[in-house]
Amino acid sequence: MNEIDDILRGIRRKDPRAIGRAISIVEEGDQRAGEILQILDEETVQKATIMGITGSPGVGKSTLVDQLIAYYRRQGLRIGIVAIDPSSPISGGAFLGDRIRMMRHTIDRDVLIRSMATRGRLGGLCAAAGAAARIMAGSGCNPVIVETVGIGQAEVDVVSLADITVLVFAPGLGDDIQAMKAGLIEMADILVVNKADCPGADALVMEIESVIQGRNCPVCRTIAPETAGIEELAAVIRDMDQKKRQNGQFAQNRQKARESEVLDWAVEMMRIKLKNQLKSQSRQIKGDPRMIARKLIEEISR
Amino acid sequence: MADKVGRMEIRQQRGRILIGKLGLDGHDRGAKIIARSLCNDGFEVIYTGIRRTPEEIASAAIQEDVDAIGLSLLSGAHNELIPALLDALRQAKGGDIPVIIGGVIPREDVPHLKKAGIREVFTSGTPIQTILDAFRKITGEHRQNKHTTS
Repeated sequence: MNEIDDILRGIRRKDPRAIGRAISIVEEGDQRAGEILQILDEETVQKATIMGITGSPGVGKSTLVDQLIAYYRRQGLRIGIVAIDPSSPISGGAFLGDRIRMMRHTIDRDVLIRSMATRGRLGGLCAAAGAAARIMAGSGCNPVIVETVGIGQAEVDVVSLADITVLVFAPGLGDDIQAMKAGLIEMADILVVNKADCPGADALVMEIESVIQGRNCPVCRTIAPETAGIEELAAVIRDMDQKKRQNGQFAQNRQKARESEVLDWAVEMMRIKLKNQLKSQSRQIKGDPRMIARKLIEEISR
Repeated sequence: MADKVGRMEIRQQRGRILIGKLGLDGHDRGAKIIARSLCNDGFEVIYTGIRRTPEEIASAAIQEDVDAIGLSLLSGAHNELIPALLDALRQAKGGDIPVIIGGVIPREDVPHLKKAGIREVFTSGTPIQTILDAFRKITGEHRQNKHTTS
């Protein structure tokens, strides 16, 4: 019997072993990945909402996700989590520690958690994050939460992958100038001030509200370990999801997400070719790097 | 490996390992040192922390599709916890995932733990490199089998 058939049947039966294997196959760039992603039940995947949770290191993303899991389980929903942490640029290894905040859900058969390393990808996600989220969705998880690595200001990849992006802040991590800067704050759908019981939270909410004025972007307050604000946040997410599905934005986003995923893979494949071409000739790199780059592209497309 | 996509994926992936503590003792320095060393050696380590039950370890290992499990036990309860863990793993259809343990484990218990299915037992004083070598060998074999059976 073909292993891929087994895996596909397993995904439909919600077998965690099959789902785990499927994600590995996709993550490792195995040739059979295409077969798996091709046959996932498109309707089930469309039904699921992919939610991105992002924010700087230490703002409480994983703890917030843990509380959202608990909330969705109380609603009887099956939920998937893709939790991403950085790979070491030196060893290639990774210390994946998001799951530790969510251990109370480990033996719940309707909570799937997969820790993934960025494996060199910049932008806050790993290359297989979208595929992993779709596999979870295909096994009946709805919503699927994608938790990015702790990010700076410019890692906006999650916005194109997720149907709804939640950007999490915490007080005490910088002055008012930080919130004024361009970047993710302009792209996120929902802003959350977590640790709202800590000093500086009110000021942070005010700063954020002044930065986003004119934009219809809800700002929520949460205290994740105490579950305060979680229900309200979930309600805001639900309303936004409904609105986006009704006005066509959801479908449009999904299409765009696929496009940018294809483009990402293409660029990465090209990058390897270009690098090999650059190395293949022991050329002296002198002068305008941009000119040399143009020549390089001409060479490989010949 | 040049057909693989991504900057670091050109490098051979060494494997995914779950590191955690089984049972009720909360001393996690050893487990953390092993986790960090494996990470520095190129492994992706899923760290599950202290006071885990056999069922939790088995379930996390399956969901994460790890190539090996490494557990630290300092409580003296290994003769009860390890058979329970191996049982939980088999029930979760993960009986093939190799398990390595370390900690305070009397020498006379080692043969019987290995007979039960534990691949390696490392007691205190073992050089880190010996442990890394064991993980490299065991995860390498596991990955090989995964690919040939699939």
